[in-house]
Amino acid sequence: MPQLTCKNLTLGYEGKTVISGLTFTVNAGDYLCIVGENGSGKSTLMKTILKLKTPMSGQVILGDGLTSSEIGYLPQQTVVQKDFPASVREVVRSGCLNRCGFRPYYNKAEKQMAEENMEKLGIEQIAKHCYRELSGGQQQRTLLARALCAAGKIILLDEPAAGLDPKAAVDMYALIEKLNAEGITIVMISHDIDAAVKYATHILHIGAQKVLFSGTTKDYVQSEAGHIYASGGSQK
Amino acid sequence: MTEIIEKLILYFQYPFVRYALIVGILIALCSSLLGVTLVLKRFSFIGDGLSHVAFGATAIAVAMNLTNNFILVLPVTIISAILLLRTGQNTKIKGDAAIAMISVGALAVGYLIMNMFAKSANLAGDVCTTLFGAMAILTLDDGTRIWIGEYPIPMKVFMCAVLSLLVIAVFMIFYHKIFAVTFDEDFSTATGIRASVYNLMLAVIIAVVIVLAMTLVGALLISALVIFPALSAMRVFKNFKAVTICSVIVSVVCAVFGIFLSILVATPVGSTIVVVNIIGFLIFSFAGFVRRGFSG
Ligand SMILES: Nc1ncnc2c1ncn2[C@@H]1O[C@H](COP(=O)(O)OP(=O)(O)OP(=O)(O)O)[C@@H](O)[C@H]1O
Ligand SMILES: [Mg+2]
Repeated sequence: MPQLTCKNLTLGYEGKTVISGLTFTVNAGDYLCIVGENGSGKSTLMKTILKLKTPMSGQVILGDGLTSSEIGYLPQQTVVQKDFPASVREVVRSGCLNRCGFRPYYNKAEKQMAEENMEKLGIEQIAKHCYRELSGGQQQRTLLARALCAAGKIILLDEPAAGLDPKAAVDMYALIEKLNAEGITIVMISHDIDAAVKYATHILHIGAQKVLFSGTTKDYVQSEAGHIYASGGSQK
Repeated sequence: MTEIIEKLILYFQYPFVRYALIVGILIALCSSLLGVTLVLKRFSFIGDGLSHVAFGATAIAVAMNLTNNFILVLPVTIISAILLLRTGQNTKIKGDAAIAMISVGALAVGYLIMNMFAKSANLAGDVCTTLFGAMAILTLDDGTRIWIGEYPIPMKVFMCAVLSLLVIAVFMIFYHKIFAVTFDEDFSTATGIRASVYNLMLAVIIAVVIVLAMTLVGALLISALVIFPALSAMRVFKNFKAVTICSVIVSVVCAVFGIFLSILVATPVGSTIVVVNIIGFLIFSFAGFVRRGFSG
């Protein structure tokens, strides 16, 4: 049984359809990359999968023993109120919360995991800094570390490379690849088509109102949608 | 100086003064705990509305001649808190308008009821007390007693103590969850933390804190007791734990100072505590300014 099944989803806001006819599955260990133009509904789809938004029709089904407390998530935008007093360490640790259940405090292993993820993303020196006072890229790394802490079986990333410098972006793709090799399922939204083709096992390409391609990366490279998008990407 | 100490010692020989101090410290403690969350979640507006609801409920309790008005005021405030939270979630602007309507409405109805039904000869005094807190710290004693071992404890003192300890316990148990839900509700929901349940819990705690704080500083000054310590702490500290601990300390110190001061110079307890909190805020603002000046 797949970990994630989307059945004939129609997404939209206030009665206006953004995309319809979304049907796909994600199996344990898959690396799915979602590509498409700005405004095609990628973030909306991710929010629907996470039950932050209800679809206009269709179903999202979690299977293969996956529960929502084994999901890691990196949002595209996080609105944090000005002046929120939160240190980087506090934010990263809060990703471990879904492992705690009814236990009120973090245990040693969880604290250790938070430290390791901060090291992986090179933010251990700024662990005590205030989240609000960091640069955009540093904030992105902090939220990525938090998402890693929360990811028990699957991680959903909405444009994880946005705001990272080139070296950090390469490091991050390597990190995600390693995570995938360890057995964590990856669902990632990205505008970086080269990285998508290089790392992902499956690609979902959505366009205006409809799905342009859904399948393995190998088939995608041969397909019409893949050609148009890839050449459009390289012309830039 | 010795004169002051002698006067305080004299006062503290009376059990009701000791009770007042203990209850004052507990209430100050639990009301400051949620300050940060309230300020950041924009619940402070709800808090303000709720205090007016609590006033209205108190007025009805007075009119009904209830000796222990908690029985009525607490459930009414809790239910209003839950309702306000619901409307606030649906549509933002309408939620704000609803709060304004309810709070002003409750104020008007409360005063009207007090005027029409209150038997007390000193109506203006009664209204003033519910709005701005007791003139002195004596009013925690309504005559009913609960016996703990061989000590007779005034019922209201007992209830205040139990409720504040409950609030403190709940906050400690759910500290990390409250942080996560306040910081990023979407992430919490997405990763399997039931944010809506915790929001509900917060609404109930806020209602309890407001009813408690009302006994100390009166309906109109509650927000000051809840928000000032958190704002003071946020001037200087930049992480959630430090801000929480600091605001608790600030709140308790201000409450103790305020109570002592009100005994010594015979001022109303509530407004004295609030004024001490304002002074605390000014000191912390200055400290934050100096600190930032040095570091950058
Ligand atoms: N909160 C909202 N209310 C109404 N419409 C919205 C809302 N959020 C998004 N939309 C609309 O839904 C469509 C899809 O938005 P979405 O954020 O899912 O796009 P996206 O594919 O993630 O784009 P990007 O590549 O820019 O991140 C857009 O046309 C947008 O205008
Ligand atoms: Mg998006």
